[in-house]
Amino acid sequence: MENTTSGAKGLLQKTELLFEYGRLDVSGVDVAPIANPQVRLGNMKRQQNPQLPGLTEPEAVRHYVRLSQRNYAIDLGMFPLGSCTMKHNPRLNEAMARLAGFADIHPLQPQSTVQGALELMHELSFWLTTLTGMQAVALSPKAGAHGEQCGMLAIRAALDANGQQHRRRVLVPKSAHGTNPATAAQCGFSVDEIGQTANGRVDFADFYAKLGDDVAAVMITNPNTCGLFEPQIKEIADAIHAAGGYFYCDGANFNAIVGKVKIAELGVDAMHINLHKTFSTPHGGGGPGSGPTVLSAALAPFAPVPLVVKTANGFELVENASGEAEQAFGRMVAFHGQMGMYVRALAYMLSHGSDGLKQVAEDAVLNANYILASLKDVMSPAFEGYCMHEALFDDSFLEGTGVTTLDFAKAMIDEGFHPMTMYFPLVVHGAMLIEPTETESKNTLDGFIASMRALAVAAKSNDISKFDHAPHLAPSKRLDEVMAARKPVLKYV
Amino acid sequence: MRYLPLSDENRQSMLGTIGAKSVDDFFTDIPIFARLNAPIAELPGHKTELEVSRHLSAMAAKNVAAGTVPFFCGAGAYRHHVPASVDHIIQRSEFLTTYTPYQPEIAQGTLQTLFEFQTQVARLLDCEVANASMYDGSTACAEAVVMAARVTKRNKIIISGGVHPHYAAAAQVLAQNIGLEIVMLDAAIDDEKAVIAHLASDIACVVISCPNVFGTISDLSDISRAAQAQGALVVGVFTEVTAFGLIQPLGAMGCDIVVGEGQSIGNALNFGGPYVGLFATREKYMRQMPGRLAGETVDLDGNRGFVLTLSTREQHIRREKATSNICTNSGLCALAFTVHLSLLGQKGLGQVAAKCHEMAVEVAQALESIDGVTVLTEAFFNEIAVSLPKPAAQAVDELAAKGVLGGVPYSRLDPNCSAQMQNVLLVAATETNTKADIEALATALKEVL
Repeated sequence: MENTTSGAKGLLQKTELLFEYGRLDVSGVDVAPIANPQVRLGNMKRQQNPQLPGLTEPEAVRHYVRLSQRNYAIDLGMFPLGSCTMKHNPRLNEAMARLAGFADIHPLQPQSTVQGALELMHELSFWLTTLTGMQAVALSPKAGAHGEQCGMLAIRAALDANGQQHRRRVLVPKSAHGTNPATAAQCGFSVDEIGQTANGRVDFADFYAKLGDDVAAVMITNPNTCGLFEPQIKEIADAIHAAGGYFYCDGANFNAIVGKVKIAELGVDAMHINLHKTFSTPHGGGGPGSGPTVLSAALAPFAPVPLVVKTANGFELVENASGEAEQAFGRMVAFHGQMGMYVRALAYMLSHGSDGLKQVAEDAVLNANYILASLKDVMSPAFEGYCMHEALFDDSFLEGTGVTTLDFAKAMIDEGFHPMTMYFPLVVHGAMLIEPTETESKNTLDGFIASMRALAVAAKSNDISKFDHAPHLAPSKRLDEVMAARKPVLKYV
Repeated sequence: MRYLPLSDENRQSMLGTIGAKSVDDFFTDIPIFARLNAPIAELPGHKTELEVSRHLSAMAAKNVAAGTVPFFCGAGAYRHHVPASVDHIIQRSEFLTTYTPYQPEIAQGTLQTLFEFQTQVARLLDCEVANASMYDGSTACAEAVVMAARVTKRNKIIISGGVHPHYAAAAQVLAQNIGLEIVMLDAAIDDEKAVIAHLASDIACVVISCPNVFGTISDLSDISRAAQAQGALVVGVFTEVTAFGLIQPLGAMGCDIVVGEGQSIGNALNFGGPYVGLFATREKYMRQMPGRLAGETVDLDGNRGFVLTLSTREQHIRREKATSNICTNSGLCALAFTVHLSLLGQKGLGQVAAKCHEMAVEVAQALESIDGVTVLTEAFFNEIAVSLPKPAAQAVDELAAKGVLGGVPYSRLDPNCSAQMQNVLLVAATETNTKADIEALATALKEVL
């Protein structure tokens, strides 16, 4: 059956836009009537209605529930999106973040009335600095890229404080997340790419050759974007330090090593930690995130405000660049960062404890290696040997089949899985980066492996029906992204 | 451990498949001196759900929740009533536990709501295009300044003394390292037009605010015309988006880039975050915008659908030449905004805004009857600056001791402000305030002055 009169397909309901059936004279919120008719708006009353339609509550709930059913989600199935760490989001954390004592407090209430909130920030800081062995942490960055900015601005401030203003070049591997070069540029640095070896690690010789007295820092993701630990990480740190620069470590992949590695021992000067990855605050369809940035003793004095400190009289929020924060490089954001994410992350840390977090890393890495080992005979691993928390394949196993990485990913949708990260890292041809995380059971992994094997076998035996125009079973067919970009329609008209 | 599905038996069996003796085999690239071979002793072991709940609830109980006292804090974060259905929707698994919609065939829920969000934001602010959200108002302001410099190829920025000091600070931090010069004007209750005197042919943009940090609402149209005549862009900033249910939006006053905080619609106070930054501009600057954009297209069957678009502006494609490094934004907070605004519609928003204004007028009337207190903000939406006969920070602490959260001392935002400004208290009201709250505030304030 092709079409229904209603436009629905059984459980999959029609999803009109709000603007197509909402009404301008309707509201789903009842507001108490005005008792005092006085106004003090000057001449500033709005002249034209904003043309915002409203829905009653039953209509609104149905509108968004229908839309929700067109989304894939970690609660529905495996979401092995490499580099993004889609793990289970415990609901306890949601409940804790919604306690009135956390959700219904204002960032500028007198500090005496928010001692519990400051205590929570202090305790989270303790966990983050203890897990990494680092000197200090700046909590306020709002996401991973913002944390990178925090670290790079601290580096810049430290260089400037030491009369090193000529150091403005930052070394970034080709395999890095796009945020790394973008951040370096946004902090006023030039970007110099360093290459990669055939076994997926930073090309130490290329790195070493590019050092110089204008180098400010090197930014390295570890474990790297190929899902591998950089074995020469300490040598890189020592070399950049000897050359007068700093070591920024992108902590996006901290999940693989939390509780297993003391970051400070690797010579790291700054590293952001995505609370929305390693510490399981929900991704929410693209945020909010949170990117606290741990700092070495050399960079700690330059951390941005605000800071939480413990005093004899309780907890104090240092909000201005004076006293203890005299050398702070400034303020990155209004208020104090992502409190809602701090609560969730601390709930997650407390639940796992020191022992559980170590198990998190071990199970995440075990799961990835299980996938790698189980698929290596039918797919093509990008590199030899074990991986960390991500299994990376290239597209050489698809050579001659006419099936691309994109086709393969879309066929996975029909199998009921969210595709892996595609075409990243850029240094691997047709990359397929699979990150199962520790919250998948062996049963789920076995199902995933069976589907992947079947797809790989089908592709190789030229049975392309599963790939041609896939996905076939998703709520939408393949969408025309070229048209969207050529004639952008960014709002309903 | 309740979140880890693998049993020891599973682990052994998987190691067997892999051909590894133990998980330690996977960690051999880590230098020995950096390995942690046992759980970190300084951190506690795992806790039950009940234990975690007790631990965190005890901390939460040490805070004074806004809903439990007469409450008048604003200055960039506002306590509004958010219908219960909003939180229900954003806690649905399909929205809460999904990622940035990279696979549009299985992400139409997120993509269509972002498209609705962009449409609502553009209409509310009276702008041509809006993006799919920024981290918050302050970072949106910072990005707007950098974008204006990119568009105009100029490097000097004038920020009015009515802009929230934290927003100015966030802009400063982003701008100063890429060769932009920021001129920050002195704090002023009602003088956005002071930026006009600083206009010159090297100015990239002026940053002005309505409502401003002192609650003042004023027509910015003349400033926009003056700035644009000099080739500068106008960045219009706000911290209380509810205002635009009642007052002229910044787009209608000629601002080229309109940025601000969307927290008031759909989102709780959360001690400052997560919030949702709104970012809107003219269509001709669309390709210079930071952040994600959802756009309309069709699928292979010709059915309407939505995708992330114009990503050649973004870091994952353009790397060091990207318009911004932003990646993750405020997706779920944007969803909360959209669901709440869909419930409100222009009708409900107008009513809520009118109620906020009514309460603020009541506050102004109550406070101006107190000896020594002067209301400084002449035209306002829901927030006023009042001058006290003593430092506002001290008064606020004394009010808190009496169980009233009476507002935000301006000096908290700008500790080096003038002696006169040290006595300025910012007092906000919303539809959540009652007459009894306002009486309690006035009574307590009389006692502490």
